[in-house]
Amino acid sequence: MKKHTLAVLVENRPGVLTHISGLISRRAFNIESIAAGYTEEADTTRITIIVEADVIELEQVVNQLSKLIDVIKIIDLTGTDLIHRELALIKVKASSETRPDIVDVVHIFRARIVDVNPETMVIELSGEERKIDALCQMLNNHGIIEIVRTGKIALSRGPVPAKDC
Amino acid sequence: MIMAGAEAIIESLKKEDVEVVFGYPGGAVLTLYDALYKANYNHVLTKHEQGAVHAADGYARATGKVGVCIVTSGPGATNLVTGIATAYMDSIPLVAITGQVAVSLIGRDSFQEADICGITTPVTKHNYLVKKVEELPRIMKEAFYIARTGRPGPVVIDIAKDVFAATLDYQYPETVRLRGYHPLFEGEPKAINQVIEEMKVAKKPLIFIGGGVNLADSAQVLRDLVNHTGFPVITTLMGLGSLPSDHPLNFGMVGMHGTYAANMATTECDLLLGIGVRFDDRVTGLINDFVSKAKVVHFDIDPAEINKNVLAEIRVVGDLRWSLPSLHQSTVSAKFDWKGQVELWVEKILKWQKEKPMTYEQNSEEIMPQSVILKVNELTKGEAIIVTDVGQHQMWIAQYFSFKEPRSLLTSGGLGTMGYGLPAALGAQTGCPHKNVFLFVGDGGIMMNCQELATAANYNLPVKILIFNNQVLGMVAQWQRMFYGGRYSHSRLKGHTDFVKLAEAMGVTGMRISKPSELEEILKAVIAVPGPVVVDIPIPETENVLPMVPPGARLDQMVMGGG
Repeated sequence: MKKHTLAVLVENRPGVLTHISGLISRRAFNIESIAAGYTEEADTTRITIIVEADVIELEQVVNQLSKLIDVIKIIDLTGTDLIHRELALIKVKASSETRPDIVDVVHIFRARIVDVNPETMVIELSGEERKIDALCQMLNNHGIIEIVRTGKIALSRGPVPAKDC
Repeated sequence: MIMAGAEAIIESLKKEDVEVVFGYPGGAVLTLYDALYKANYNHVLTKHEQGAVHAADGYARATGKVGVCIVTSGPGATNLVTGIATAYMDSIPLVAITGQVAVSLIGRDSFQEADICGITTPVTKHNYLVKKVEELPRIMKEAFYIARTGRPGPVVIDIAKDVFAATLDYQYPETVRLRGYHPLFEGEPKAINQVIEEMKVAKKPLIFIGGGVNLADSAQVLRDLVNHTGFPVITTLMGLGSLPSDHPLNFGMVGMHGTYAANMATTECDLLLGIGVRFDDRVTGLINDFVSKAKVVHFDIDPAEINKNVLAEIRVVGDLRWSLPSLHQSTVSAKFDWKGQVELWVEKILKWQKEKPMTYEQNSEEIMPQSVILKVNELTKGEAIIVTDVGQHQMWIAQYFSFKEPRSLLTSGGLGTMGYGLPAALGAQTGCPHKNVFLFVGDGGIMMNCQELATAANYNLPVKILIFNNQVLGMVAQWQRMFYGGRYSHSRLKGHTDFVKLAEAMGVTGMRISKPSELEEILKAVIAVPGPVVVDIPIPETENVLPMVPPGARLDQMVMGGG
């Protein structure tokens, strides 16, 4: 089964996310990540959904989501030239002995240190999923205390916005 | 025009040509009910909110209009859930207006507060929570538009109590502007051409009609299509009535309790034209072996129905009001000998029909349920609105009643809601005061909403209620008999309820038929009563609905029966 990236444009209204997440769970769709936020239009929210599905299942996901009145448009970005990013914040154990090693790793990954105290550091990294996974693996030896990830967002390259696709 | 929110709702109902609302008052909707009172608006008071929503549903199915119900917040609203889900599964247009606690109290677990939008999201086409009075006209307009257009369905409007009293400058919008809702009417003409090409090469084509044909009021053009092509037809439960049951090319219902001919034809066909159907599991039997020799063409207004359960080689997405006339026209302009092409195939299905027609064992001692249905059919000449509850009697109706007209069978097909029948029959009678409305119901199902007998009496709605009294939950007992070693776990109802007395206690005429010889005489007397009648009809406890495709079996693996 293939992973698909869907850009879902929805009305910016209360309850919309409930409608979407409710539909996904009751139709038992295999959703890997979902990320929502405002767009260039005040009344529109854009949701990026990563779904693992074969062609038939994907068609069901798109058609069922399209039935929601608040869903304006769904664009399957899979296969188009994409930029996709995820943001992660990672809190890792860092003593004075281990700190230089962690700083090295952070530099290699072009991540950023956003908080330091005598026991821990918080590292920020934006990038593709695999890059974040790799950094987490590297930091694992030092002891990760917590991780928060936004879920993937995606934008096509070139001048045409998804809403005009 | 300056007015209160409650008045704005009533103005909007008038603009939407709502002739009657079904409902039940309560704290959160007092202001709205005050406005109904002042406007002297036509309102049917049921005895339970579930009765109100099923009545609105029955009204909608019988008339084709949007059914409307009004209830209060909290328990009033949650009592609608079964009815809303029933309407949703069968694509019935409803607008349910529920009161909500005042805006300042929302989210505080206030008295009679329930998040009805959250609760009904999976079973509504759309829902709204109205917290600002200015939004009312737009939302009312949108709600009716959404409920009735495209694939119809129920819409909930949850309105905070203070919105009813707040004032606004009322103006009802002329149009709706919904960026995410554009119901498709016309589809791809190319698809129709593809269908015609497949029809030309098919040796064993089969037209398979569902509830969509009834909902789209497309019975006439379907009849034209069938008459022109001579293609044989099978139907779902919800498709009954679109083509007269006695039409020579109508081979009846397919599926778990379908006819032998319909199930065999489905198994053998090489082209299945599914029209307004959704390939429910009760239709397909073992899905992997369903129409394994056929190409499937799927006509539907809802793109999400295509490939949901059965893969379609050709999809014709669009309103049947477009696709059916278009298909019919194309079959005419093709100048093709359709009838000649299917002659042998139709003969084969006719042979199946002759070999194993629908039969049952006659009995001079006991009243057979099938004989009651046939007698009502005979006495009414099939010109009646038939409402059912859910269970054995529902399937016997589907098998034995000879439907003439679309919208003449009202039944909870998708959700299978016991307790649906009585209130739905009252709604149908309200919408069609000059038609004969018969409710067939079991002794189990009648008890689920028997309080509505009082509503029938209060409004003198002359529904004829025939209770098939076998002292068991018939369909449950049938499964227990066939698949659970005859262990009748809690399906025996033998009790002390006297349905004649129950009817009389609520102001409805009660009658009883005790033996087969009384059947005709008493039924005639029942029909002659100008008001509602309950008829208690004892039937044998162990009669099965047959044929039956056992769960997990193929359609051609029916258990047959009859005399």
